[in-house]
Amino acid sequence: MRRPRVAPAPPGVNGRIILSFLVSAAGAIGFAVTYGLGGQTQWEGVCLAVAFAGLAIGLAIWGRRLVPVGGYVEEHEGFPPPPEEQAMVAAVLTAPDSPVRRRGLLAALGLALTALGVAALFPLRSLLPSDRTRPVRAREVTPWGPGVRLLNADGRPLRPGDIPAGSVVTVFPEGGADAGDAPAFAVRLRPERFTRPPSAGHLDGLVVYSLLCTHAGCPVRLYLKGTGRLLCPCHQSSFDLFADAQPVAGPAARRLPGLPIEADADGYLRATGGFTAPPGAGYWSRP
Amino acid sequence: MIMDRLARALDDRLRLSPLTRRALAKVFPDHWSFMLGEIALYSLVALVLTGVFLTLFFDPSSADRVYHGSYAPLEGTTTSAAYASTMRLSWDVRAGLLIRQTHHWAALIFVAAILVHLVRIFFTGAFRKPREANWLVGVTMLMLALANGFTGYSMPDDLLSGLGLRIIVSVVESIPVVGSRLVSLGLGGEFPSDEMIPRLFVTHVLLVPAALVALVSVHLAMIVRQKHTQFPGPGRTEHNVVGSRLYPSYSLRSLALLAWVLAVLFALGGLVQINPVWLYGPFDPAQATSPAQPDWYVAWGDGALRLFPPWEIRLAGHLVPAPFFPGVVLGGVTFLALYAWPFLERWCTGDRRAHQLLDRPRDHPIRTGVGVTALTFFAVLVVAAGDDIIARLLRVPVYDVLNVLRVMVLVLPLLTGALAVLLARALRRSEATHLGDLTRADLRAARRPARADERTTADEPELPAPDRPGERIELWPDGEQWRWRYRNEPAGVAILGNRKAPTEREAADSARLAYPGVDHVMVPGPPPPPPHPVRAALRRWATTAIGASLLAAALRHRRRRRWGRNGPRPK
Repeated sequence: MRRPRVAPAPPGVNGRIILSFLVSAAGAIGFAVTYGLGGQTQWEGVCLAVAFAGLAIGLAIWGRRLVPVGGYVEEHEGFPPPPEEQAMVAAVLTAPDSPVRRRGLLAALGLALTALGVAALFPLRSLLPSDRTRPVRAREVTPWGPGVRLLNADGRPLRPGDIPAGSVVTVFPEGGADAGDAPAFAVRLRPERFTRPPSAGHLDGLVVYSLLCTHAGCPVRLYLKGTGRLLCPCHQSSFDLFADAQPVAGPAARRLPGLPIEADADGYLRATGGFTAPPGAGYWSRP
Repeated sequence: MIMDRLARALDDRLRLSPLTRRALAKVFPDHWSFMLGEIALYSLVALVLTGVFLTLFFDPSSADRVYHGSYAPLEGTTTSAAYASTMRLSWDVRAGLLIRQTHHWAALIFVAAILVHLVRIFFTGAFRKPREANWLVGVTMLMLALANGFTGYSMPDDLLSGLGLRIIVSVVESIPVVGSRLVSLGLGGEFPSDEMIPRLFVTHVLLVPAALVALVSVHLAMIVRQKHTQFPGPGRTEHNVVGSRLYPSYSLRSLALLAWVLAVLFALGGLVQINPVWLYGPFDPAQATSPAQPDWYVAWGDGALRLFPPWEIRLAGHLVPAPFFPGVVLGGVTFLALYAWPFLERWCTGDRRAHQLLDRPRDHPIRTGVGVTALTFFAVLVVAAGDDIIARLLRVPVYDVLNVLRVMVLVLPLLTGALAVLLARALRRSEATHLGDLTRADLRAARRPARADERTTADEPELPAPDRPGERIELWPDGEQWRWRYRNEPAGVAILGNRKAPTEREAADSARLAYPGVDHVMVPGPPPPPPHPVRAALRRWATTAIGASLLAAALRHRRRRRWGRNGPRPK
């Protein structure tokens, strides 16, 4: 059998395609060499990009210059199918011996499948926490409670004197520092500047609040010193520490829960109870 | 030779040639906008390839691990195994950082390509009957892509991803009645739980990708079955597809696109740093990064959270917190509207016919207006996700930026939507082909509401063939087989049937399907070659002629200047 002759290419096209593929091969080799020499992210990326770009350019020229582009038409049978065909399928599906005609059996089958489907949902419950705490209860309970001492980030218990005026110190509960709802901060303010007394009380101007924004739970990390305002870096809610951490701007609607504190016999700071409200974002059953 | 024999051996056993003959000749419309979905597909290919590499090194566990590796500032610190393995992957696994960054870039481009593809489908009305089902599949894939983007972003357990996850958890928690239970079910406890990362991992590498691959298959199978839509044009009807064939033209061009996508992704992955987890540090519930911006495709949600005012509802001792509205309601309404759009539009216009020809955006001003309104709304939300950065750059208070954006998010979409309706109407009523051709009179005319006759033009049936003189189908024998082509002499159009037919009757049948009612004529042999080479030759001649005349003009100009014939020489 005689093979048909290869169609002649326009001048220069073959050369350009071959050059592109050679560049691509060079890129691939460059990647392999870079990798072999110990790897370097930027060079690896560039070499792979060159390898694929060469491939792309060669294939694109080939697809555009050496084969026919456009000018073809394919018929569209259209929808729906011819009515007789539809009728024949319908006839087969509803023949006298067809399962769809046995209504009683179908109902029983449906019942069995529904029961099976519902039963199959039960193991989803295994995804719940193994200790079986009710989620709402879990939200209300934090590691803070009467007598829990305040630790700093290094795990050292704090005395009132460790909180300098005008700066915010992140504090953690002793024995529960890793809990997600535990972070709080202590700050020393001048009591005469309070425009609204702190709901959890204060110790000579020393107040402790939950660190978690009441909007979406981000830590309210940015302290604007002179104004006594705390800013959340996530959505820019701002809280006024002189006014019992009321939200003053941004999307937060509730104040930060406070933590009642006292100094124990050794002079260390400790909580006299939990937060005045569950910390963090709001939820349906929030008291 | 070997390929020949292998192909024959397969064919003898599976009888593939009848299928293959049609498949290879499948016609794709030649328009760049049909490639957007393909970019998404090839990004998914890149995601799967790079993702498999990453799973081999990532340790999805929140167990404590002491980090030892090349990144000195964290040497010896205790982090989660997830974070430590991400650090090892980035710093100590060869090509690890390249693959990780390429994976992240591929995810960004994947969602972007899906979105642009969706916008194209929307504005051209490609979702209309019979393609509503494929629209639903596509919107579901967009949701899955967002879900997988977010789970992937949250897994490394760095500080930024932890913040993002905490915000999503807060949004889910805001759902009335079931919120806290949903969070508990999803995380297996309170945030941050030990089960969190393994669950994110199995969702990210198994559940969602499996669903995506299944839906991509359904999406493509439906496209093959229903064939492509096409823009109106000479020889294009509701009964055919005009363009280039799958083989050889589109197989080469599509492979080229795959290679382009990979080239761009690897260039970005190698050169442009993304998600430097070592700079953010490991997750710590008491720490936050600032500024904190999410990946672009969830930025609309973050922007909405920032813009929504501090409104909470108290209902009989229960609380509906503020994030519920911008988080859950907005997201739900967005996707519900996307799902419902084809049916809403059909209900409003009463158009129940099948469409293979696309609208141009101007053909349907209301749809275009709605689309532009929605796009502007979400664009403002995305900008709002960077309000702190904008405030820093402009040196203005962040709450001023916030208030301006709160107004803009309500006003700007309406303005741009109205403008889009106006321009679409003006384009439709005037002779202008482009926006730039519009005159003031056109715009003034567009302010009138739509006339009744305009509304019906979309529903006008195609012109019956006898009204279009000069059209004919030419059939001719080509060896043992038959070919046909459509010819419209006055318009200078000749379009070849996409494949040979074994009998004359079969050729005539295809032609009749593609161009119902057009007269058939028998011609003795293949007609003169299609006009492309001629056009190419003409173009080459024209380029040469223009080049030569430019050269001549330049030479003459120089000569004139040198001899100073026309006045004094310029300095």
